[in-house]
Amino acid sequence: MTSEQKATRQGYGDALLEIGENEKIVVLSADLSESTKTNLFEEKYPKRFFQCGVAEQNMVGMAAGMALSGKIPFVSTFAAFVPNRVLDQIRVSVCYNDANVKFGSTHAGLTVGEDGATHQAMEDIAVMRALPRMTVIVPCDYEETKKAVAQAAAIKGPVYLRLGRNKVRAMTNKETPFHIGKAETFKNGKDLTIIACGVMVKEAMKAAAELERHNISAEVVNCHTIKPIDKDKILDCAKRTGAIVTAEEHQRYGGLGSAVAEVVVENYPVPMEFIAMNDSFGESGKPEELLKKYHLTSDDIFSAAKQVLNRKKK
Amino acid sequence: MEEVGHLKYRANAIRQDIIKMISNAGSGHPAGALGMADVFAVLYFHVLNHDPKNPSWEERDRLILSNGHICAARYSAMAHSGYFPIKELKTFRKIDSRLQGHPSYEDLPGVESSSGSLGQGLSIAVGMALTAKLDNANHKVYCILSDGELDEGSVWESINAANKWNLDNLIVILDRNNIQISGDTEKVWPLNPLRKKFEAFNWEVLDVDGNDVMKLVGVFDRVNHLKGKPIIVIANTVPGKGVSFMENKAEWHGKPPAKDQALYALKELSVKLRKIEDDF
Repeated sequence: MTSEQKATRQGYGDALLEIGENEKIVVLSADLSESTKTNLFEEKYPKRFFQCGVAEQNMVGMAAGMALSGKIPFVSTFAAFVPNRVLDQIRVSVCYNDANVKFGSTHAGLTVGEDGATHQAMEDIAVMRALPRMTVIVPCDYEETKKAVAQAAAIKGPVYLRLGRNKVRAMTNKETPFHIGKAETFKNGKDLTIIACGVMVKEAMKAAAELERHNISAEVVNCHTIKPIDKDKILDCAKRTGAIVTAEEHQRYGGLGSAVAEVVVENYPVPMEFIAMNDSFGESGKPEELLKKYHLTSDDIFSAAKQVLNRKKK
Repeated sequence: MEEVGHLKYRANAIRQDIIKMISNAGSGHPAGALGMADVFAVLYFHVLNHDPKNPSWEERDRLILSNGHICAARYSAMAHSGYFPIKELKTFRKIDSRLQGHPSYEDLPGVESSSGSLGQGLSIAVGMALTAKLDNANHKVYCILSDGELDEGSVWESINAANKWNLDNLIVILDRNNIQISGDTEKVWPLNPLRKKFEAFNWEVLDVDGNDVMKLVGVFDRVNHLKGKPIIVIANTVPGKGVSFMENKAEWHGKPPAKDQALYALKELSVKLRKIEDDF
């Protein structure tokens, strides 16, 4: 693990540049090429970059048309707009057609910060997860994003990559295994399992370290792929530790926590606690301030871990 | 490429299929489908460069049906072209059928894209036309839109996109039948002046009587010689065309004929067919 800080959106831009030699790859941007770091691809492969204006509905349909003609389009804008503005186009033009479209949506979550609630997509995982054929990935750092982009390009079918605006600490390095659909254990533990994605992986590791100081052994799992969810891994955790806390920068309904709960409840019920946005909108503020105010920190995971252990004992 | 006399015969056969399919299914959208039967006959049997035995042939022209609800007409034209057996038309809208109530790309080879939610087909056609340009491919992309569909703002995004990339390999056929579910298009959501709007977006605009096979053949021949701009053919059609009690009636947008009404409609169409044969 290194302490280098880079944004996942930077990983997106850099990865597109790396896989851009593949002539099938085309990149579309809705007037946000600098913000989504797709300007890097634009400079190197101008013929395969398409500036689509602030017209997201057409952009998604165009991408579907290009995919049906053999291309691998990467649709790039903020998560606040894709999927939220264009659900119908994603559902019919992309998913029903099984069009090979990849969505790189940056500035997701509360940590977009000062731009406020309109720009803080907090329901996108739930929305995308509900669509047949859609794969949903939430990378936790720069290196993981790069692997996710390359693998997304290599598989057939629609993929949603949920990316952030801010620089985040490296939780992985080039050698860390990454396979779409396979959650990774980042820390072993026997008393409970914390399953996290995105920026919350860092918070989960911090919480686990603090729990360790209280003689509680917490396992931490980085569940970067929300769909298809790694059922085997989750059940293995449930059976071994018997208690689960999920942590995500997303609404509590329909996201990672729900996906994990669906597996647990149906197969091997154990006590669960959910760290997530509690059915409200965000607001302007510094990312760290927002995470604190809306209870998405390592302290909150720590408390949830104690709570879930109390329930486990009963 | 079939001659005008044949095309009239094809359009009549498509109309008979539409009545049979929708009546048999007990649901569907007869008015728009009947109005566009001539356009489908001309496209499938005169205009399109396609191979029904090889629906994924790379060099084929693409036809996107954006207003998917009139798919009975397309299914009939496809069956008569040889994409699938004509008897399969009987499965329209039934369980396990490839002929979904709105077209499904995955189910039926030859359907270039699923459609049903209005306002999406032109974006897909733009993406296909742009890809053809990128790949230096020579095929054309045709896209059928309904007039009511122009209510959707997303269509105007696509219209601008086609202009931005000068997609002169893109030909829209607009079914200008002046009705939508709730009635007269100009009362529901005003669209006029349509020609001026498309001209303002820098499109090449052509008008045609969409129920006159000979004129349709003429307009598509002209389209072949146009360069530099996306093209729209405003096909002025009569909704329900060919069935007297359905013509120009918005109520037949999405309602199946009862059995006796269907028989009456088929009788009318048979009489017209005899006249086509006499003239031939």
